[in-house]
Amino acid sequence: MAAASVSPDAVLVEQPETAVHRLGEHVFDMVAEIGDVGLFSVQTLTWIVRRRPRWSVMVPIFYAIGVQSVSVVAITGTFIGMVLAVQAHHQFQMMGLATRLGSVINISLVKELGPVLAATMLAGRVGSSMAAELGTMRVTEQIDALSALGTNPIYYLVVPWFLACLTLIPLLTLMADFMGVIGGAVITTQVMGVDSFAYWKHSRDFVEGLDIFAGIFKSYFFGAAIALISCHRGFHSSAGAEGVGKAATEAFVFSFMAILFLDFVLGIGWNMVYRSIWPQASGLL
Amino acid sequence: MSDDASGAPTPPKALIEIQNVSIRFRQQSVLRNVDLTIRRGETVCIIGESGCGKTVLLKLIIGLLHPTAGAIRFDGADVTRLGGKALVELRLRFGFLFQSAALFDSLTVYDNVAFGLREHQVCDEEKIRSIVADRLSEVGLPAGLERKKPAELSGGQRKRVGLARALALDPEVMLYDEPTTGLDPIMTDVINELILLTQKSSKKTGIVVTHEMKTVQKVADRVVMFYPLTRIGRGDPQILYDGPPEGLEGSPDPRVRQFVRGEAGERLREMAQSRGGGV
Repeated sequence: MAAASVSPDAVLVEQPETAVHRLGEHVFDMVAEIGDVGLFSVQTLTWIVRRRPRWSVMVPIFYAIGVQSVSVVAITGTFIGMVLAVQAHHQFQMMGLATRLGSVINISLVKELGPVLAATMLAGRVGSSMAAELGTMRVTEQIDALSALGTNPIYYLVVPWFLACLTLIPLLTLMADFMGVIGGAVITTQVMGVDSFAYWKHSRDFVEGLDIFAGIFKSYFFGAAIALISCHRGFHSSAGAEGVGKAATEAFVFSFMAILFLDFVLGIGWNMVYRSIWPQASGLL
Repeated sequence: MSDDASGAPTPPKALIEIQNVSIRFRQQSVLRNVDLTIRRGETVCIIGESGCGKTVLLKLIIGLLHPTAGAIRFDGADVTRLGGKALVELRLRFGFLFQSAALFDSLTVYDNVAFGLREHQVCDEEKIRSIVADRLSEVGLPAGLERKKPAELSGGQRKRVGLARALALDPEVMLYDEPTTGLDPIMTDVINELILLTQKSSKKTGIVVTHEMKTVQKVADRVVMFYPLTRIGRGDPQILYDGPPEGLEGSPDPRVRQFVRGEAGERLREMAQSRGGGV
């Protein structure tokens, strides 16, 4: 039977709430949320080492992230290459540097736009659906059911998405790079009439394998951030359709912010490393 | 019951001990200083109004939630202090039928029932096939349903698949969270019979959270009634009744009698007062 004594909790709960209480609660929530994302990430990485997910779980996720994203990423990449060509051509032609367009378009694509756009499309297409799916599982107690059946939900639900994002985002980035390069080249050489030989020669002279690697290197961080943020939002979805919708929106918004932040930080980091190895070089990420 | 040396029956050993447990979510306190003991082999029905913490209590027992204060012991081990492999082993001794059945949407009925067996590599696929067929047949589901997805099932079928999944690993303790909510009277009776059959045939310990008095009368060895913290004073106990189902009607507490009879008198008066009127 319940004891008749008054618990300290009860006294705390029944005190009136003031603005200071609310401010303190917001600060506490924010710190707890940051700590929770960190803990969630550590648990995910730990489970990757401890136990590999079954192929029957992995294959559908690889299909959803990889195969089903190809067309979206390819179309986006192509159009970005074409838009870059259209916008830059006029300015470069006025300076008599139209043949140099290849270097500008292609270096922008492989270092910045390819990785960032592929990651943005992944966050929009996969991150939101990941958060909505996990959010629905949370609300309908399916995540609790996993735990009740002795299966760790992070191992069963998050690790496959994380591994799929990490494995497939470099391939999607390469696809965006390739289609962007083709789109830019077609517009510049076939529509704007720039000499094809000069276009490709300047591209080859300016874009190195290391530049392509720089974009791929960044994409791994973007993929990891998308998977962790989206799964975390889904796991912490509040009840009802509104809660799941909010989780899906937050998954995209926070992932996109993380992509831009990581792009900036990794850019600075890469440049520092690059210049420490080749002090005379002027290449920037 | 077992007999001691003098021949007098001794009560079964306590299997689950809830000791002075409190839990609150943000500013909302749901359980306060609750003490409850569940003995091995008994079927306890937990009743009470919505929001009184019945489901929270089930999730505390299996370690899905952690109490703000107090301890929960299962077979001597403190559930609140377990983690990793020990917690997984503990959870495998429980079967949990969720209120919404909580079947995995992306898996077929067969894969749902086989889930725990496969994840814990209990046996080979042939044995799993036989266990799944047995469990589905025990809950009265027709052959051919295994390939369907949960979205294609009726409410009663979902509950029965949930029950088959919970029973697949042959747990010692069954936790039923509102097993008959949202079902028609016939299906309610079917589920009640299945619970009764499960509890009596394999002598499992069971905790049934329900609003349904027919379920209580049919399956309970003992009934515990909770009351929402928001409707009691600071020092009042949260458990209003703990005894046999036959004693509910004769309880000295009018709140227990009102709940059992489904009388909303006091609640209607409160609603009228909150609107500024009277009855």
